This record gives sequence, structure tokens and C-alpha cells, in this order.
Amino acid sequence: MSKTWWKVLGAILVLYSTVGGLLIGVPRLAILNETIRNLYFHVPMWFAMITLFSISVFYSIMFLLKGEESYDTRAVESVNVGVVFSILGLITGSLWAKYTWGQFWSFDVKQNFSAIAILLYFAYLILRNAIDEEQKRAKISAIYNIFAFPMMVVLIMVLPRLSDSLHPGNGGNPGFNSYDLDSRMRAVLYPAFIGWSIIGFWIYTIRFRIRSIENKQQHN
Amino acid sequence: MKKIFFSLILMIATLQLFAQDNGVEMADSLRSNGKIYVVVICIVIILVGLLAYLFTIDKRLKKIEKENHNSK
Repeated sequence: MSKTWWKVLGAILVLYSTVGGLLIGVPRLAILNETIRNLYFHVPMWFAMITLFSISVFYSIMFLLKGEESYDTRAVESVNVGVVFSILGLITGSLWAKYTWGQFWSFDVKQNFSAIAILLYFAYLILRNAIDEEQKRAKISAIYNIFAFPMMVVLIMVLPRLSDSLHPGNGGNPGFNSYDLDSRMRAVLYPAFIGWSIIGFWIYTIRFRIRSIENKQQHN
Repeated sequence: MKKIFFSLILMIATLQLFAQDNGVEMADSLRSNGKIYVVVICIVIILVGLLAYLFTIDKRLKKIEKENHNSK
């Protein structure tokens, strides 16, 4: 994965989604107005986060199977990057909420549960620092990570749909249909999902490379 | 005199109505032009956040490169 082409692909997709997201036509909806374009920037943050957390779970399982230290490093670094994307998603979401729902934080189920999901991963990162022994730390945090992932999915995607929420796609009608997501919007949104996931993956590989050099230095 | 004074007061009283008609000036530039500036701020948050993050990673990498250089 040290080749350049997929990094260029990610950059092109993100650039396309930014320019296209600002220029290509969108449905005219009341209250939302032009902020409907935030869909191309706010939602891909969460998509990139879920991609990174999935990578993390994959490597946690791999660690438990093989017991190699590098798998543990990969799992931690992808969570580190995923948390950054989730915070960006939360901040942009509350900004969007301010101008459409009226408040930065209206204690909506979607907002509350996604904040709790982020806290789950903060707990993962802090828990690791509390254990000194390397093998033990890797094993415990791998198991924690495997449990945290389905809880995060339930908190962000399932529970908000079971109760009333201001957030589109929740409160009884799953999916993007409440947005009148037409083909023009799909043509920008899906490349944005892929592009931002690639950028997130790229940052994760950089972090992993740095961390492996640091580990090597410590062992010497 | 009384009549002029009275009509003046009535005219001043209508000024308030004119003011309301013209729309009270408020700091609502974020809501103008179809709220496009909310999207602009959203993009700025993402870019500033990611760029700041990249700078911290870069700093860390520089430190490692320095240490590698010293040890050799």
C-alpha cells in the first residue's frame, strides 16, 4: 500500500466532491436552503470514521489470532484517526443544527448517542495508557475494541431510529429519502464517501509508520 | 402651535413603523444568501481540523527524524 496512485485518487475524489458539492444543483428545500450542501461534508466525516473503526476491529481480531505486536499498533492508530474524524463530524453537525434546528446542541438522541460513542473510543485510548505490560495491554484493548465497535454502530445508527429525532433518516424513516436525495446529490455524495475514507486511511498509514519507527527506537 | 407640535409627534411616532418596515438590521449575515455561509464554515472547520492534525503529525515525524539522525 506504499504506492501513490490511491492517494492521488483520494485527493481527486475529495477535490471533486468539494467543488461539485458547492456548484452542482441541489433540491430547493425550506429551512435547509443551501445548507443541504453540508451533506457532502458532514456525512463523509462519519463514513470515514466508520471505515477507520472497521479497520481497527479487523486488526484487533488479527491480533487475537496471531499475537503480533504490529497488529495492535495498527488497531490503535486507526482509532486515533477515526476519533479525529468523529470530532469533526460532531462539530460540523452541531454547526448545521444551529442554523436549521435552532441550537448548537438540542440534546437530540442522535447528538447525545454519537457523543457517547466517541466517549467509548476515548475510553479505549485512555484504558490502554493505564496498562504497563505490553502483551496484556494489547490483549485487553483488542477485546475492548471488538465490543466497542458494535456498541458504536448501535448507538449511532440503531437507537436514534427507535425514537423521535430531528436528524434526517431517524424517527421512523431510515435512509436518506427524507433528504430528497436525487441522482445529482448521489453523484457527489458517494465519491465523497470513498474519497474521505481514502484520506483517513492515508493519515492512518502515516501514523502507523511513525509509531513503528518510535517502537523500534524504544526497543533499541 | 399646538397643532404643529401634535402633527410632529404623530410623524415621529410613524418613524418607528418605517423602521420596522425596512427590517431591523441584525447580524444575520450567516443566514443570508440561502445560508451558504454555514456550508463555508463547515468546510473551513474540516480543513482547519485536518490541516492542524497534519501539522502535529509532521512535527512528530520531524522529531523522530532528528533522533534517528543523532543516533547514527
